[in-house]
Amino acid sequence: MIVKAKAVKFGNNVDTDVILPGKYLALTEPEELKEHVMEGISPGFASKFAEGAIVVAGENFGQGSSREHAPIALKAAGVRCVVAESFARIFYRNSMNIGLPALECPGVSTRVIDGDQLSIDIERGEIKNLRTGETLRTEVIPPNLLQVLNDGGIMEHLRKKRAHR
Amino acid sequence: MNIIEKILAKASGKQQVHPGEIVEAEISSAMIHDITGPLAVQSWKKLEEKKIWDPSRVVVIFDHYLPPPTEQAASLQKIMRDFVNDQDIQNFYDIGRGGICHQVMPEKGHVHPGEVIVGADSHTCTYGAFGAFSTGIGSTEMAAVFATGHLWFKVPRTIKIEVTGSLAPLVMSKDLILHTLGKLGVSGANYRGMEFTGQTIEDMSIAGRMTICNMCIEAGAKAGIIAPDTKTAEYLTARTSRPFHSIRSDENSEYERTIHIDASTLSPQVARPHSPDNAVPIEQMPETRIDQAFLGSCTNGRTEDLRIAARILDGKRVNDHTRLIVTPASQEVYSECLKEGLIEVFTESGAVVTNPGCGICIGIHMGVLAPGDVCISSSNRNFVGRMGSSQASIFLASPATVAASAITGKITDPRKLS
Repeated sequence: MIVKAKAVKFGNNVDTDVILPGKYLALTEPEELKEHVMEGISPGFASKFAEGAIVVAGENFGQGSSREHAPIALKAAGVRCVVAESFARIFYRNSMNIGLPALECPGVSTRVIDGDQLSIDIERGEIKNLRTGETLRTEVIPPNLLQVLNDGGIMEHLRKKRAHR
Repeated sequence: MNIIEKILAKASGKQQVHPGEIVEAEISSAMIHDITGPLAVQSWKKLEEKKIWDPSRVVVIFDHYLPPPTEQAASLQKIMRDFVNDQDIQNFYDIGRGGICHQVMPEKGHVHPGEVIVGADSHTCTYGAFGAFSTGIGSTEMAAVFATGHLWFKVPRTIKIEVTGSLAPLVMSKDLILHTLGKLGVSGANYRGMEFTGQTIEDMSIAGRMTICNMCIEAGAKAGIIAPDTKTAEYLTARTSRPFHSIRSDENSEYERTIHIDASTLSPQVARPHSPDNAVPIEQMPETRIDQAFLGSCTNGRTEDLRIAARILDGKRVNDHTRLIVTPASQEVYSECLKEGLIEVFTESGAVVTNPGCGICIGIHMGVLAPGDVCISSSNRNFVGRMGSSQASIFLASPATVAASAITGKITDPRKLS
């Protein structure tokens, strides 16, 4: 899977209350949720993702609440992939489970700047920064999760598995 | 092996497991509530299958919108009631039957030592207080559990936190966990287990242990855990008929590292905005005026918490410039507080007492903060916008500190009031 888009950068410890504030948790439709993504940081932020984007963040991205509304809103707003120095574990699993690739990449927060065009080969674990020409390596995705991602999410993965039974 | 490794080995049918290994564990109980539940049902429906793996292992609890403030929130609960009926789920706690999920789960006998429990809520780690491996998952992952009854886990490395020395009067388990978070940082235990041991933990009540394990997620931990003992057995015997196994760490078990804490040196702690690890001893706090004080949540809404707060508030008034909101964690806690006369102490002091629920802590229902508001809260998170406006400030503290601060209208060391 190859993902190409521009980087939108965040710092360390971005929490899910900021990604999708609690007051919108009664919403369940991705199209409604996306309107409020990152509203806690600055209103209207969602428009930054509209043409497709790769979120690039520091340590512990997605800490806090287990709300899956957070990765759902990011994905619906146009985020194709999230790359961070490290993730909070529930966000990481949620993101993969809904088919939004979450990649751990040590050094990414210092070697990518806001607006850089990136090309990511998920299977090979390579992130190419088209501005600098530099290639960064991501941590290896466990094979069970890579399968989930390739199938488009855990429910699609389960459906496929059960159809083969 | 340590306790977490032993539980994961047992649940995945293995003799031995090692940190880093991925195991497929059988799930003993799976909990969803009125916010994460509807998304789980939505995902489950994609499978187009009729029945979930085992309705007797699923627990549905309404607590986030209690009672529903909007048509949207009411609709979420309707989705869940339909699901409960379709799937014939008996463990269902509608409004008036339960309260905050993490209080209701052990209260109603759905938590047992040695088991693997998942909940679609990050504070599911609370049940580690009973020697269970319990962890928060997302809604879609919960739908996968509904289908299969098991889930993969990477066996975590575990940090041992050994606590000795007695907590001083009016210094609570909340102060100990805030201090621990200050030492570890918000990602200090990311992907890891946290096992609490030592005399202080052994001497601690079940309620206190729940507060400790509840906030392990605030260091990023996969699970917090405390070995079960006679107190655990006493609590559970009255509440469950399911036999359980008391698993403990081996003498020679391995840890990533060990942190020693002398509890006798601790003062009340305050975690400043906007991070739970931003903790300082209360002596280091500058004078800080507060608009609102909140006493409640899955962290500190138990009878023991409300009792200590009521003792401080008894015969006193909440400051004229401050509002105090008290939320008992469950119906059972509410009843106990009524019988003990605590509710009367709160209402006489000028506090408002609400029904059990999560709404205030998560800023979605009652007690929402306005821009510029300063709140002291016994809950678990003080992120930007957590309790309402993104221009509000939240300080986290113990029930004793919250009560003392409500009286003076500024952040106050409870030891100075008594």
